[in-house]
Amino acid sequence: MELQTLTFLFVGLSFALYIGIAIWAKAGTTGEFYVAGGGVKPIFNGMATAADWMSAASFISMAGLIAFLGYDASVYLMGWTGGYVLLAMLLAPYLRKYGKFTVPEFIGERYYSQTARIVAVICLIFISFTYIAGQMRGVGIVFSRFLEVDIITGLMIGMAIVFVYAVLGGMKGITYTQVAQYCVLIFAYTVPAIFISLQITGNPLPQLGFGSTLAGDPSTYMLDKLDQVVTDLGFTAYTDGTQSTTNLFFLTMALMAGTAGLPHVIVRFFTVPKVSDARKSAGYALLFIALLYTVAPAVGSMARFNLINTINGEDVTGTEYTAMPSWFKTWENSGLLAWYDHNSDGKIQYAKGNPIEGKKPSFADDRGQYGERVVTNPGKGEIAKGAPFANELYVDRDIMVLANPEIAGLPAWVIALIAAGGIAAALSTAAGLLLVISAAISHDLLKTTFAPDISEKQELMYGRIAITVAIVIAGYLGANPPGWVAETVAMAFGLAASSLFPAILLGIFSKRVNRKGAIAGMLTGLIFTFCYIVYFKGVFFDPIGVNKPENWLFGITPQAIGGLGMVFNFVVALTVSHLTEEPPKEVQEMVASLRIPRGATEATAH
Amino acid sequence: MSNNEINNNDNHEKYWQANIKLVMWCLAVWFVVSFGFGVLLVEQLNAIRLGGFKLGFWFAQQGSIYTFLALIFFYVHQMNKLDKKYNVHD
Repeated sequence: MELQTLTFLFVGLSFALYIGIAIWAKAGTTGEFYVAGGGVKPIFNGMATAADWMSAASFISMAGLIAFLGYDASVYLMGWTGGYVLLAMLLAPYLRKYGKFTVPEFIGERYYSQTARIVAVICLIFISFTYIAGQMRGVGIVFSRFLEVDIITGLMIGMAIVFVYAVLGGMKGITYTQVAQYCVLIFAYTVPAIFISLQITGNPLPQLGFGSTLAGDPSTYMLDKLDQVVTDLGFTAYTDGTQSTTNLFFLTMALMAGTAGLPHVIVRFFTVPKVSDARKSAGYALLFIALLYTVAPAVGSMARFNLINTINGEDVTGTEYTAMPSWFKTWENSGLLAWYDHNSDGKIQYAKGNPIEGKKPSFADDRGQYGERVVTNPGKGEIAKGAPFANELYVDRDIMVLANPEIAGLPAWVIALIAAGGIAAALSTAAGLLLVISAAISHDLLKTTFAPDISEKQELMYGRIAITVAIVIAGYLGANPPGWVAETVAMAFGLAASSLFPAILLGIFSKRVNRKGAIAGMLTGLIFTFCYIVYFKGVFFDPIGVNKPENWLFGITPQAIGGLGMVFNFVVALTVSHLTEEPPKEVQEMVASLRIPRGATEATAH
Repeated sequence: MSNNEINNNDNHEKYWQANIKLVMWCLAVWFVVSFGFGVLLVEQLNAIRLGGFKLGFWFAQQGSIYTFLALIFFYVHQMNKLDKKYNVHD
């Protein structure tokens, strides 16, 4: 069968499965809508959490990031998994014992303050929307490349599917759909990885494969060969780092605490029956995540290896454009690959250096003499230090996972599988985010703050309306991605780490931290992190400061600053609390009861 | 406050202290394998080989993740024991 027919078949089947689950899991009460009735088995919650957490970014972008950054990308692997240790030991069991519906609800009640609750709602909505924009974009990319429909049509289909199962089923529908989506995405991710690992090293386990010797040369380890190949092209060795240790340290910290503080992940632990289940299910979640996260570095290194060999050829002189396989032209048509023939030899060469001026290539309407797309913003064609020739190839990192099976020449059904997996990863995360947004609006803002008189039925209806509106906004953001999406994803982590994470943690582990301390801490972390990122990156306007190492505080990049913001939050919250009065007795008793597993009931409204 | 309640609170306090001690140990390991082996000591460890991997690089991209997993399941197991010992299980 043709690739496109297969892709339609796989994606269509997965959609039918999601809708079937939605009809089966229709939510009837607010409890089912917000927390799936609190009866999800730990292993299923683990799978759902894994799908919830692993977004289009994990599925599509992460291996590409690793492929081009090498060791430096390790911080993402450690940060995004190490956060689950914090979640399992410091947050999940206690929040499950608390037994209500939302994260702002906990903060509001623990710090006996509506202000704290509203601050938490604002953080939550901001974090969640920045994420969703990225997911919807991912859906659009997959649809437009594999199904050759335009991005808008792809988005509309994706929105319609999420609408059906999120609005109908609420958390219950989302949970069981996420379980199915996890199975689809992990299968889609590991199958091509196994094929490629077998091809390059002869070892079927990718985790061991990238530490094995080459299939064609049993005396050389793959990573050693890769190190040598990239250094010959002028790059830093793949297994060595280029960033400062301080920065890596703070970035890892921001990613770990940010992961633990993300509301759509935390809320998943409200859905299990018992406190001990919450702990266990965090373990399962990490197990299912690790299945992908330990494969990703193998995929990254092998993709880089394959790409370099395919482009530069055996003798490292480049490959003629006209001799390139068809995938090159397909991705060139989508603008994610570009070639400018700096030395006019008709061959593509890949080495260190920027082949183009600026960040993205722009193209003329007509074709060049070999049939290539004409790049209108070529670089100067200078040969970078240590490189044998000027770089002529522009590669968007995002295509590494999507194009990898094609580069490796795998069968069409494997490529079709990747499309279904990418869509599953994007939709599962989008749905989880939409739910926490809708819960924050219908539960924290309406039911508790502005319209306490509404009935459960009405609250459920408002929840469904809120999710619908959120889907429309998310779709709009996906179609018209603001230029600052990439910047704001870093901001989402920084803000979660510097605002929500310390507030929740102190709320459980200290009886002494009071309202004033918590609010002062959250605002310090939030404002410091926000301002630092905006100062260097600009969000709605041009950056104020020049984003370069000499200007950074202690050499910390804007992406990593949330780690420092978190430290400030802790210091301010503890200092202010100790200088002011103790929290009321009933709050201290509430904290005491959070720490004892016994007596956890099904999550309730009040 | 009755004697019973005082005993109960005392018991809960002991349970909490045992929990904190366990979490501290787990987090110490968590810190050493990621921030320690993966970031701060990576260059020194890279001098040692683990098959085709440099050891520091392996910890950063593989070993830390496996350790995190083992840590959580160890913690779950120990906590279940503590819950029973102090009779606070759910």
